[in-house]
Amino acid sequence: MTDVFAKRRFRLRAMKKLMDNYLPADQLIACPKCLRDIPIAQKEENLSVCPHCGYHWPIGAKRRLEIIMDAGRYRELNADLCAGDPLSFPGYPEKLAKAREATGMNEAVLTATGMIHGHRCVVCALDGRFLMGSMGAAVGEKLTLAIEHAQRNRLPLIIFSASGGARMQEGILSLMQMAKTSAALRRFSEKGLLFISVLTDPTTGGVTASFASLGDVILAEPGALIGFAGPRVIEQTIGEKLPEDFQRAEFMMEHGFVDAVVARGELRAALGELLLLHQGGKHEQ
Amino acid sequence: MSNEMTAHERVMIARHPQRPGIRDYIDALFPHFFEMKGDRLCGEDEAILGGVALYHDQPVTVIGTKKGRTLQENLRANFGMPSPEGYRKAQRLMQQAEKFHRPILTLIDTSGAYPGMRAEEHGQGEAIARSLYEMSGLTVPVIAVITGEGNSGGALGLAVADRVLMLENAVYAILSPEGFASILYKDASRAGEAAEVMKMTAPELRTLGVIDGIIPEPEGGAHTDPARAMQAVDEAIDAQLTALMQLQGKALVEQRVQKFRRMSAFERAELTKQPAARQEK
Repeated sequence: MTDVFAKRRFRLRAMKKLMDNYLPADQLIACPKCLRDIPIAQKEENLSVCPHCGYHWPIGAKRRLEIIMDAGRYRELNADLCAGDPLSFPGYPEKLAKAREATGMNEAVLTATGMIHGHRCVVCALDGRFLMGSMGAAVGEKLTLAIEHAQRNRLPLIIFSASGGARMQEGILSLMQMAKTSAALRRFSEKGLLFISVLTDPTTGGVTASFASLGDVILAEPGALIGFAGPRVIEQTIGEKLPEDFQRAEFMMEHGFVDAVVARGELRAALGELLLLHQGGKHEQ
Repeated sequence: MSNEMTAHERVMIARHPQRPGIRDYIDALFPHFFEMKGDRLCGEDEAILGGVALYHDQPVTVIGTKKGRTLQENLRANFGMPSPEGYRKAQRLMQQAEKFHRPILTLIDTSGAYPGMRAEEHGQGEAIARSLYEMSGLTVPVIAVITGEGNSGGALGLAVADRVLMLENAVYAILSPEGFASILYKDASRAGEAAEVMKMTAPELRTLGVIDGIIPEPEGGAHTDPARAMQAVDEAIDAQLTALMQLQGKALVEQRVQKFRRMSAFERAELTKQPAARQEK
């Protein structure tokens, strides 16, 4: 008899424990990779990385800089710069307004100066929530101004990419930003200055085919999709499904296009290390 | 007639199967031409053709996309859609041109860089990025002529030039009108409509400052009278090259970089105040 009650007490305790940990659905988020429910608070605390499988959720540009910069502090450059509508493309101004509302940013890239582990640098981050982080003329201009700022002040440059590529709504002018940013990086590089490109999920199209591929050092977050053509376009071209790992960060590293795959939690330390290794030395001018 | 033509009609002319291709231009413009193959890394891509030529007694490096004249050639050249090996070969030939102080002519007619598995594995993005980077620093004159279609980064990868010229009915765009329509309208059959808004024709691009000159075509398009079309291309290149040859290498680079630097369209918004805590002091 006593056994029965003991079992019941045990079950009640177990149930109470479950109830204590219970969170309503709106406080949980499902990991798209391992499909487990994770408390949102825990996800945030873990830098938007799944504690079970290591999936990296895309994060916005402001959050990116908060994570990376010393004390989360930075000074924004050209925050007021925003897109025009050079093609007078129907519906584009409305889309821009929506994106501004959703992100609190004027454009798809945040450019700033600040410190990482005590090293002053220029840091730019694209925001995938702003029209897929696409590069129009304003994004190209902001990036170019940031590169020029870094060059003038002889500072290292770090760009976090997260982009679907060139922005369709601005047509050929978006395409020209690829040439503009690449040319600016060449001048920057000729001054002996360091550019670290960090590829995050996803980095594709005209961004991969310009500044993102031109880093002295190229880092990538685990699992990030990195490529020129998007997977859907390739699948249409070849008429078959692509393997799961195709164009992922690890795949790109194996093929020689990425120096290191670095988890989000370790990026700040890795960048600090690289900045340290590139300062001073015998040949410093 | 040209002014009344729609963008879509020009797309059709630009893609005309009888439209002169790179081989025709090479035969017509250069009495001597020696083709050079391979990227010296791992491969050869027939979608990009390059070599050294004699142009009005001046040695030049010629690089361009090749679609091929026959079906067999089309297949070998992947219908003019370059792979990374092609861009790397182009970079090699450009560096060679620099060494021998030869001006560079590029001839562009491509529906875009090839979106295939191998191209991705071999770094299509890096190959194009590197081409943009290398071209922006060349100290020899570079003239790009868009002869047919110039689509996406695949075309731009050969077009970071001191002078970008377009044949009257050529088109130059971020993407094919079909691709553009399928992305923005979710309907590739609205390509005609897309062509009208994309500003992809030579006159529109001249107004935008993206190209530097337009080469006239015979009535009905270059294929109706190839000899006359070639002659117009010859005259245009000759005039531009003569002018560019007067400039020193440094001045050329500066001018080229500044030209692309000016390609902008942006506004200044009213600033929304940032929370003070996140601002650096």
